Amino acid sequence: MAKRITVDPITRLEGHGKIEIFLNDEGNVDRAFFQVPELRGFETFSLGRPAEEMPRITPRICGVCPTAHHMAATKCCDDLWKVDPPRTAKLLRELAYSAFTVEDHYIHFFFLGAPDFVVGPTAPAAERNILGVIAKVGLEIGGKVIRVRRENRELMQTMMGKVIHPVFGLPGGVSRGISEEERKEFLETAKFTIEFAQFALQLFDDVVLKNKEYLDVVLSDTYNHKTYYMGLVDENNKANFYDGKVRVVDPEGKEVAKFAPRDYRDYIAEHVEPWSYITFPYLKKPGWKGFVDGIESGVYRVAPLARLNAADGMATPLAQDAYEKMYEILGGKPAHATLVFHWARLIEALYSAERMKELLEDPEITCPDIRTVPTETPTEGIGIVEAPRGTLIHNYWTDENGILTRVNLIVATNHNSAPIAMSVEKAAKGLIKNGEVSDGLLNMVEMAFRAYDPCLACATHSLPGRMPLIVSIYNSQHELVRKIRRDD
Amino acid sequence: MADKPKVAFYWCASCGGCEEAVVDLAEDILKVVEAVDIALWPVALDFKLKDVQAWEPGEVTVAFINGAVRLSEQEKWVKLLREKCPLVVAFGSCSHLGGIPGLANDKTRQQILANKYLRAPTVDNPNGTLPQPETEIDGYELELPVFYKRANALDQVIDVDYYLPGCAPPPDLIMGAVQAILKGELPPKGSVLAPEKSLCDSCPRKDSKPDKLSIEKFKRLATSIPDPEECFLAQGYLCMGPATRSGCGERCINGNMPCRGCFGPPPGTLDQGAKMLSTICSVGEAETAEAAAAYADSLDDPLGTFYRFSLPVSVLGHSRRKEE
Amino acid sequence: MAEGQFEPRIVGFLCQWCSYTGADLAGTSRTEYPPNVTSIRVMCSGRVDPTFVIKALAEGADGVLIAGCHPGDCHYQVGNYKAMRRYPMLLNLLDQFGIERERVRLEWVSASEGNLFAEVVKEFTETVRALGPLNWDAKAPAEVVAG
Repeated sequence: MAKRITVDPITRLEGHGKIEIFLNDEGNVDRAFFQVPELRGFETFSLGRPAEEMPRITPRICGVCPTAHHMAATKCCDDLWKVDPPRTAKLLRELAYSAFTVEDHYIHFFFLGAPDFVVGPTAPAAERNILGVIAKVGLEIGGKVIRVRRENRELMQTMMGKVIHPVFGLPGGVSRGISEEERKEFLETAKFTIEFAQFALQLFDDVVLKNKEYLDVVLSDTYNHKTYYMGLVDENNKANFYDGKVRVVDPEGKEVAKFAPRDYRDYIAEHVEPWSYITFPYLKKPGWKGFVDGIESGVYRVAPLARLNAADGMATPLAQDAYEKMYEILGGKPAHATLVFHWARLIEALYSAERMKELLEDPEITCPDIRTVPTETPTEGIGIVEAPRGTLIHNYWTDENGILTRVNLIVATNHNSAPIAMSVEKAAKGLIKNGEVSDGLLNMVEMAFRAYDPCLACATHSLPGRMPLIVSIYNSQHELVRKIRRDD
Repeated sequence: MADKPKVAFYWCASCGGCEEAVVDLAEDILKVVEAVDIALWPVALDFKLKDVQAWEPGEVTVAFINGAVRLSEQEKWVKLLREKCPLVVAFGSCSHLGGIPGLANDKTRQQILANKYLRAPTVDNPNGTLPQPETEIDGYELELPVFYKRANALDQVIDVDYYLPGCAPPPDLIMGAVQAILKGELPPKGSVLAPEKSLCDSCPRKDSKPDKLSIEKFKRLATSIPDPEECFLAQGYLCMGPATRSGCGERCINGNMPCRGCFGPPPGTLDQGAKMLSTICSVGEAETAEAAAAYADSLDDPLGTFYRFSLPVSVLGHSRRKEE
Repeated sequence: MAEGQFEPRIVGFLCQWCSYTGADLAGTSRTEYPPNVTSIRVMCSGRVDPTFVIKALAEGADGVLIAGCHPGDCHYQVGNYKAMRRYPMLLNLLDQFGIERERVRLEWVSASEGNLFAEVVKEFTETVRALGPLNWDAKAPAEVVAG
């Protein structure tokens, strides 16, 4: 008798996600679908607006990573008006952006990811949350987590006007700079953040890497996909989140593409399914082969592990050490284990913290020349940044007055939509056998998509530590056969 | 079990910024958590539809709902919460006014679907597949909630008791609202929980706003440099300050960018956009039809500027313009 | 009145000192003109908040007429200049809403111009008649909200 398992809703996802699992007659998983039932229409309703308003409109796509959209939109406007900002403006943008990457990564890691590792994937649900983490690591450290978030967000608010939905980006530069006094204050924040970043990696080492049980979970086949990987790199092929070229490596780690933002449409296309509002990007070469991985399939991944796979290293010393150590432990590049995204996330945060200090020590960071006024007629622009959750692409066309006529956006988590669907299906297949649906399944399925930190991973307290799941099992007559609730 | 009042948070067509705003209470959130039990918060906590359905009416004191209502799933949830909770607070611009998703009322649902799934330059969709409320695939049936024709503010779907404005509401207003609810010291139903004056009144640049504003024509931020101290309107930049409620702390102004109206209109204003139009045309130099037309034409995208956050609750509510 | 013909509903905001008096003159002179305008007397054309115009259109009007003193003759000196400046910007806004510019008219009619008032009404009524009913659906009825 065929059975259907509905997991609705998923939490910690932009909008409301849903998982549908279908069992065959033997009780094994035949198909699993990850559906995204959310649509607002930014690419359409921004038409008719002046393009320089996009850095203020597009952050409303996501209130957790608004700075990513703000920055992609601002760079897109630079490209649109063919204007190159003064060096100080770029330093300021990258500084604010680095602080943002740090605080966003830590929100995810400590409030969402860490509970599975610090407390344990099979620990009691009531403890699998930030409070459980703090109980295990101590109040002093808990206080540091709150402090690192607060200080970096205060820096962002000062620099960008608002921290939720920044305003300072303009074509050709930024609207305001920083004073010497602010620079000194921010430098203290950067130093503290570097310290904290090293501590976080040490925590991961102590709690996960030195624990065989966790390490086995991390490296298991259940959470493994051999996909292509994409990320921005600088001219030395080191990872950079603010600017660079897009680099793609195949499942064996070989570079197959490295292109300027302007050429993205030659490499990426989007597939549509009728059962989800999200589209499924894929690499045009080798093309869409369905929800499968491997070198013949155009499915690719973005975000921390993908970026580290796609780059040759990190541009700052401590992060580079951590990068090398990670690949040594994993046995080489590229790494395919989905849960390693959590580790890569911490290395990226360390890099961003080091970068903040570098930028704050640059003598030009307080220079008053923060804007080049555009003089060219706008036509088309493309801006790409690495959002914490992946490559973010903004593409605008305007009339000669800079009024938008066409907009194309590929938002970070969008690139991962096929991999997430595949990860969920693989986890389900690996864990549900012969019709047995165990409680452990529920958490393990969560872990499969949570590692991607899907957009709008909650930045709040995840108090009970587990996702509300109601697993309803229907027979082929649509009669309810069994219901498992994961209750407190 | 202590008798702490219970609160619920829920999100509709939301970006999650309002959730972040609650976390930005930082250490203050501990005071909140001490004083209340959070009974629902899909982004963070276990919640089950069944549990909400099982709440006794009044068991959960207040529901803070953010996001515009755009999908059938959202309508179902907000109606349930209205039924269960004595107090419903529209939290943030989207539920208060429609917000940025409300700009979608400027276009049709057909355009949105076509631009995203059929005409986008990177989409490869030779069969013209569109997301469907019901799909059958390989013999399995899947559902998606229905995407409505318009984005709606919360009070266009259910009765709302109070409004907490802003995109996102600032921490001090959130704390103020929570404390007022806990103490039972609320203003009359229907009030917006923010100051009664317009932004100009609290703006750090108000001293540089002349008594008689004289704008010859509007400037674009893209092609000029805003002065960091002078009133934006006096500089020739459209700033929604005169038609926007105060209370945000002028964060955008401090970022050296003009106001875009996210707090909605001041009290007594029916239509934020029309009021702003009235204001900037009351002043101005033009005294001939030609000069008046030139002044008007110097402002790009009046609809998207005057109604950036408030299109769904505006008097006209949506646009009928056919796509070119 | 031809049977079955669409009769436009037009709201007219007429300023007390000039155009309302001018309309009165058309009346007392028994000048014939179409009955499609519902007059609302305001003290000055500068009193006409664009919200009034928008509200009229949203609530059933097919057209709106605003009439004031000739430039330079405003009883309050500058009120009609405000109307003059609001008018083209309002039309630009209505364009974006998909409402034809021709549905809103600003005219200068003095207290002694009864015939002009009648002509304006006659001509404007035909303009709006040709455009057809507006039938603005401000509040989406339930069937429009869903699906």
